[in-house]
Amino acid sequence: MSKIAIIGGGIIGVATAYELAKLGEEVILFEKNYFGSGSTFRCATGIRAQFTDEANIRLMKYAIERWERLEEELGAEIGFRHSGYLFLATSEEEVEAFKNNIKLQNSFGVPTRLIDMDEAKEIVPPLNTEPFLAGAWNPMDGKANPFKTLFAYLTKAKEMGVDAREHTEVVALEREGDKIIAVKFRSNGKVESVKVDALLNAANAWAPLINEMAGLSRELVPITAYKHQLVKTEPLKPGQVEPLVCPPSWNDSYLIQDGEDGGIICGSGIEHKAKSLDDYEPTYDFLRGVLKYAVQIIPAIRHAHIVRQWAGFYAKTPDKNPAIGRLLDNFYIAAGFSGHGFMMAPAVAQAMAEFMTKGKSKVPLDWEWYDPYRFERGELRSSAFQIG
Amino acid sequence: MSGKKIICRCNDVTVEGVERLIDSGITDIEEIKRLLRIGMGPCQGRTCIPIVISILARKTGKRQEDIPLPKSRVPIMPVRVEVLVGGADE
Ligand SMILES: Cc1cc2nc3c(=O)[nH]c(=O)nc-3n(C[C@H](O)[C@H](O)[C@H](O)COP(=O)(O)OP(=O)(O)OC[C@H]3O[C@@H](n4cnc5c(N)ncnc54)[C@H](O)[C@@H]3O)c2cc1C
Ligand code: FES
Repeated sequence: MSKIAIIGGGIIGVATAYELAKLGEEVILFEKNYFGSGSTFRCATGIRAQFTDEANIRLMKYAIERWERLEEELGAEIGFRHSGYLFLATSEEEVEAFKNNIKLQNSFGVPTRLIDMDEAKEIVPPLNTEPFLAGAWNPMDGKANPFKTLFAYLTKAKEMGVDAREHTEVVALEREGDKIIAVKFRSNGKVESVKVDALLNAANAWAPLINEMAGLSRELVPITAYKHQLVKTEPLKPGQVEPLVCPPSWNDSYLIQDGEDGGIICGSGIEHKAKSLDDYEPTYDFLRGVLKYAVQIIPAIRHAHIVRQWAGFYAKTPDKNPAIGRLLDNFYIAAGFSGHGFMMAPAVAQAMAEFMTKGKSKVPLDWEWYDPYRFERGELRSSAFQIG
Repeated sequence: MSGKKIICRCNDVTVEGVERLIDSGITDIEEIKRLLRIGMGPCQGRTCIPIVISILARKTGKRQEDIPLPKSRVPIMPVRVEVLVGGADE
């Protein structure tokens, strides 16, 4: 048995801690703030296999199969359901693109189909069908509660012996050759050090700073923190906007009904480069921008009240695919999820835990596709389709 | 305080619920907020947050002043969408 440290108490770090404990490893997990305080608790809850490339489709198909069984496995409610994703086309070219994506998704067993606006209206009763020609509908996509999911993983991980420390910031790493041998951390003003056999960087938007602590360049895995915001309405009757609804050509604007309280979460591709890594200030131009699209998708939203707006980070890489893999002998990374880290977590965590301990994994994760050294080689992947 | 007393009217949270969570080891106000949805209703926690802080202080032995208030979210008061998008055109 070896001692494995994880930096970052978001969904990726916490789920990987659990998976490593399941494999019998001794794990210490560091979170500088409270668990979930990074991007995880700010996400839009969406989970989908509707991607446009093989790697992400196969990974997400597997992830959804894990999501289905997670509640039973973790013994706690996480609010996962197959509420579907409905993408809407506004032009003939887009309908053609949808058809191609659907063919690719179908070839990996994802049951997306092209639907007409009558069927779309049955799925989302208050939808304004007029601007749209067709929909790409996968009823197996879904959503889950990020708060409950993170705590379900965390509780189970702690039960299995994971030493989970919050309000504990990693401040330095000790490296010998190509190995990280110790982690220095600060908690309650005191700095301590722990010897480790392996280390995972799951610090997402902050991951480049951790790489730097390991003596690597910040640019090796170039992750930029973009502010991504959401606006939420007062609760509407459940079942109104159950799936995530998105016309991609409208600046990737989307709507999804919160599975818990029924409020409509409204998002959009309007982004701001964050001023710093604590810049969570919501902006007024986003509020107006996102609502302009929202009322065109669901006109009834016009009469609802907005109760909340918040911002978080899309930790973006240049090709919007995460960096997952090995950086040094015993130093690994799973970061830069560019808006997809919540949905991918069950699959990525299992894959990473198996990879770190056995050098391979049964999860269909294409290590070459997500290779963290691809940026340095100037070898970008086709851009992953972004949207919560 | 009686066990069934509701402290968050917006989200139906009871004193008992808060105490149970704290007893299970969750003592960070931001985590309590998200698990029970206190402070996440339309009133943004005006009534419930101070009560939760006092329960937390009592149960953890911390001083109330040392427990940070969770961040409230804009808008401070609910605003109708039509006010923000303007006009009646769809
Ligand atoms: C508005 C918004 C909507 C989104 N919608 C979706 C969606 O619908 N579906 C989806 O799948 N994804 C969505 N995402 C993306 C998703 O939230 C993230 O990809 C995911 O939460 C990433 O998890 P993580 O564990 O990698 O990172 P994080 O949750 O950011 O965790 C990283 C943690 O590392 C900690 N940390 C950093 N430095 C240190 C240090 N030195 N020492 C100790 N700890 C440290 C941070 O405090 C942080 O908690 C959305 C994101 C945003 C902002
Ligand atoms: S009373 Fe708790 S949020 Fe309103």
